[in-house]
Amino acid sequence: MNPTTITRRSFLQVTSLAGGGILLGLHSLASSADAMQAFGGTAAPDVFAPNAFIRIMPNGAVTIIAKNPEAGQGMKTALPMMIAEELDVDWKDVTVEQANGDAAKYGFQFLGGSIATPVNMEEMRRVGAAGRQMLVSAAALTWGVPAAELTTRGGRVHHASTQRSLGYGQLIERASTRPAPDLKTVTLKAASEFKIIGTRVANVDNHAIATGKPLFGIDVKLPGMLYATYAKSRVFGGTVASANVEQLRTLPGVKQAFTIEGTTELFGLASGVAIVADSWWAAQQARKQLVVEWNDGPTATQSSAGFARRAAELGPQPWATPIRSDGDADAALASAAKTVEARYSYPFLHHATMEPMNCTARVSDGNCELWVPTQDPNGCRQVVAKLLSIPETAVTVNMVRMGGAFGRRYTHDYVLDAVAISRKVPGTPVKLVWTREDDTHHGAYRPGGFHFLRGGVDASGALVAWKNHFVTFGDGNRTVRNANLGGGEFPARFVPNFATGMTTMPLGAPTGPLRAPGSNALAFVMQSFLDELAHAAGKDPLRFRLDLLSATPIPAPAGRGGPGGEAQGFDPKRVSAVLSLVAEKAGWGTRKLPPRTGLGIAFHYSHRGYFAEVVEATVSASKAVKVNKVWVAGDVGSTIVNLSGAEQQVQGSVLDGLGGAMGQEITFEGGKVVQGNFHEYPLLRMNHAAPVEVHYLRTDNPTTGMGEPAFPPVAPALCNAIFAVTGERVRSLPLAKSGYRWA
Amino acid sequence: MSTTLKVNGRSITVDVPTDTPLLWVLRDSMDLVGTKYGCGIAQCGACTVHLNGAAVRSCSIPVAAATGAEVTTIEGLSPDGSHPLQRAWQEQDVAQCGYCQAGQIMQAAAFLKQTPSPSDAQIDAAMSGNLCRCATYLRIRAAVKQAASPSATNRASTPNR
Repeated sequence: MNPTTITRRSFLQVTSLAGGGILLGLHSLASSADAMQAFGGTAAPDVFAPNAFIRIMPNGAVTIIAKNPEAGQGMKTALPMMIAEELDVDWKDVTVEQANGDAAKYGFQFLGGSIATPVNMEEMRRVGAAGRQMLVSAAALTWGVPAAELTTRGGRVHHASTQRSLGYGQLIERASTRPAPDLKTVTLKAASEFKIIGTRVANVDNHAIATGKPLFGIDVKLPGMLYATYAKSRVFGGTVASANVEQLRTLPGVKQAFTIEGTTELFGLASGVAIVADSWWAAQQARKQLVVEWNDGPTATQSSAGFARRAAELGPQPWATPIRSDGDADAALASAAKTVEARYSYPFLHHATMEPMNCTARVSDGNCELWVPTQDPNGCRQVVAKLLSIPETAVTVNMVRMGGAFGRRYTHDYVLDAVAISRKVPGTPVKLVWTREDDTHHGAYRPGGFHFLRGGVDASGALVAWKNHFVTFGDGNRTVRNANLGGGEFPARFVPNFATGMTTMPLGAPTGPLRAPGSNALAFVMQSFLDELAHAAGKDPLRFRLDLLSATPIPAPAGRGGPGGEAQGFDPKRVSAVLSLVAEKAGWGTRKLPPRTGLGIAFHYSHRGYFAEVVEATVSASKAVKVNKVWVAGDVGSTIVNLSGAEQQVQGSVLDGLGGAMGQEITFEGGKVVQGNFHEYPLLRMNHAAPVEVHYLRTDNPTTGMGEPAFPPVAPALCNAIFAVTGERVRSLPLAKSGYRWA
Repeated sequence: MSTTLKVNGRSITVDVPTDTPLLWVLRDSMDLVGTKYGCGIAQCGACTVHLNGAAVRSCSIPVAAATGAEVTTIEGLSPDGSHPLQRAWQEQDVAQCGYCQAGQIMQAAAFLKQTPSPSDAQIDAAMSGNLCRCATYLRIRAAVKQAASPSATNRASTPNR
């Protein structure tokens, strides 16, 4: 997919509003399948239909609709910026409104895969430009002059030679009679003319956030609303055998208590005990009195210790499923000047959004209305319609700001819970809020994995052989969600003798995308092992990488290299450029470091973004780690839409990645997640937040997304820095398992 | 059982069990939802409010313990969002998702009252009980510094409202 090419037939619709405003809407026809696939999801059906983005009122007030879900990634600000730029209004005059989840009206609404910018930027700009063109046309008609003589600035149309000007609000009546232009024919600004794109623009919800206004799903309150808690089997796939629901019903504040049969499907409605009460706290208090017997089911035999044991058995054996083969890896390893053999592993991870999963649902008369934090309102509507056996059009999805998402709110288990509970209380809105422990026990986890690697360098220090047996989770040659290794995953194509394959183990726990899915684990393995090979080759780790990237790559196959692989579009020159830039900014090899202090470097290409990072860390003899600073160089194309938001995404990704590398791990015992609250799943805290210096390389490439690609390189950069200080190679995350801690 | 609380300068009587955490009384009985639930065990700080001027985790304070005390929530920090920290938060463009930020601001407000000119290390020590999953810590640090010393450089944002 070329994300910046509009292949859709798009045109503008003008609607007169009660109250005298006009509304400029977009009709568009095309598939959103490409964008969905970029996230690793299922292709959605054709969903583009009439929708609306701009409202201009007689007083000149401009409202721009933000169509995408917002979870902190900044699209509620950035997408309207794109429209406002081409509409040519002052940003201070713009009010942004959140759209409902309504594919028929707004088109593709989705949070994930860092795709919102590349997929929407040109289209959003064209929507704004079309509005501007109609307003200019209205002014031309009013003054009887050619439109070509008119300019716009700050929400006004100007005619220079007669020194006349009219505000957009004064032109709306006539503008609404003008024919809507074909979006493909509207004129866009040159990048040099941008006044909003490429500046620092603050989050449009800042005031509401700083003053505590209701914004989030958990804040929803409706007349007559009841509150629910839902106790599910800690063992995944387990079901309720019996529960003391009659007794629960007698407890203070409890309105209803009942079991839900559910299904044993991992992503279906889970079996459990629901308690509906007049306050959430009353529901929780009643839950403390819950006596329940579970049918655990087959997953009860699974544990992290068991996975590790089985992986250790499988790793040295031939793989079950080949992934890629170039040259003759075994022969090249046998004849290599030096070889390195290493086993890497990484844990399951949880999203741990600050706002726990929640959903408010009202089911009545064959309809369902939801107030729900979701990354995928259309997917949400589909699963709810299926559960209730009603048409998708009978499901209303009100989108609310999300207290973090990171991929978790793409899986709608919590929505199914809420709908299944609320349909037992017809007509009454019910707000389900998971406890923190519910949230950790019932995630859609980043899958753990095991890599059994061998690499060889020749006498000149060049990487000539690579072999990786990936032991992962799945059934036969099908991996569970986000647990695969793409054939194009670097250093594939850059090593002449290269072989990778996988063997799967069964997993009864749900997995799903977490920020930079696949990449967030694979970068640790590949960039750490490359570091080992650089040292084996006696080469500087930066030089080793640059040399590797300068090899002529084996041509990428047609089509995608597979999720996480991204062989397509990978440009080694862009990687080399960000590596060189970050090395220069960090003073790689050019400055004297304090005692017990080292630098580590790593890069990764994901979500069409190229990022290289250097970590400077001081590590004490007792393994206390202080990250002094992180330097980041990124290439996401020619334009950074919002300098403030982009910097946030990069700094947040880096600090998040450091926290995860040090301490985060989800483990299973008896088919249950062991960890519950934040004391068992440590997020980075402020006293460990190192400065993160961010540099962009502006290249003549399409603008791509920022939410994810800065995340993967930081863990291996940290581990490589630790190696530089201590000589200890950490091959298993989190670092805490090897005795490291923050200083 | 009815309990009378003084929240944001107003006296309010609520009918809840006395062991109900202050957090849930604020959120569900009084519709003051700026105070957030994150963990329920004083691990994350999203529920931070002021009790007689001190920052406390409202998830772990039974409402009975707040009787007779002055409770201030984010909604009562200033009449119009003009507290120096609320302004600094907007000017530095701190928030990503925004969920934890009310708790961060309340924590910082109590801290700056005690320590009007803090060092970086003091800021870190005071703020490290408040989690931010988006890891906006660098800007939180900058915003606290700006509020403590309003002439501090504003580098993070172009405020739009």
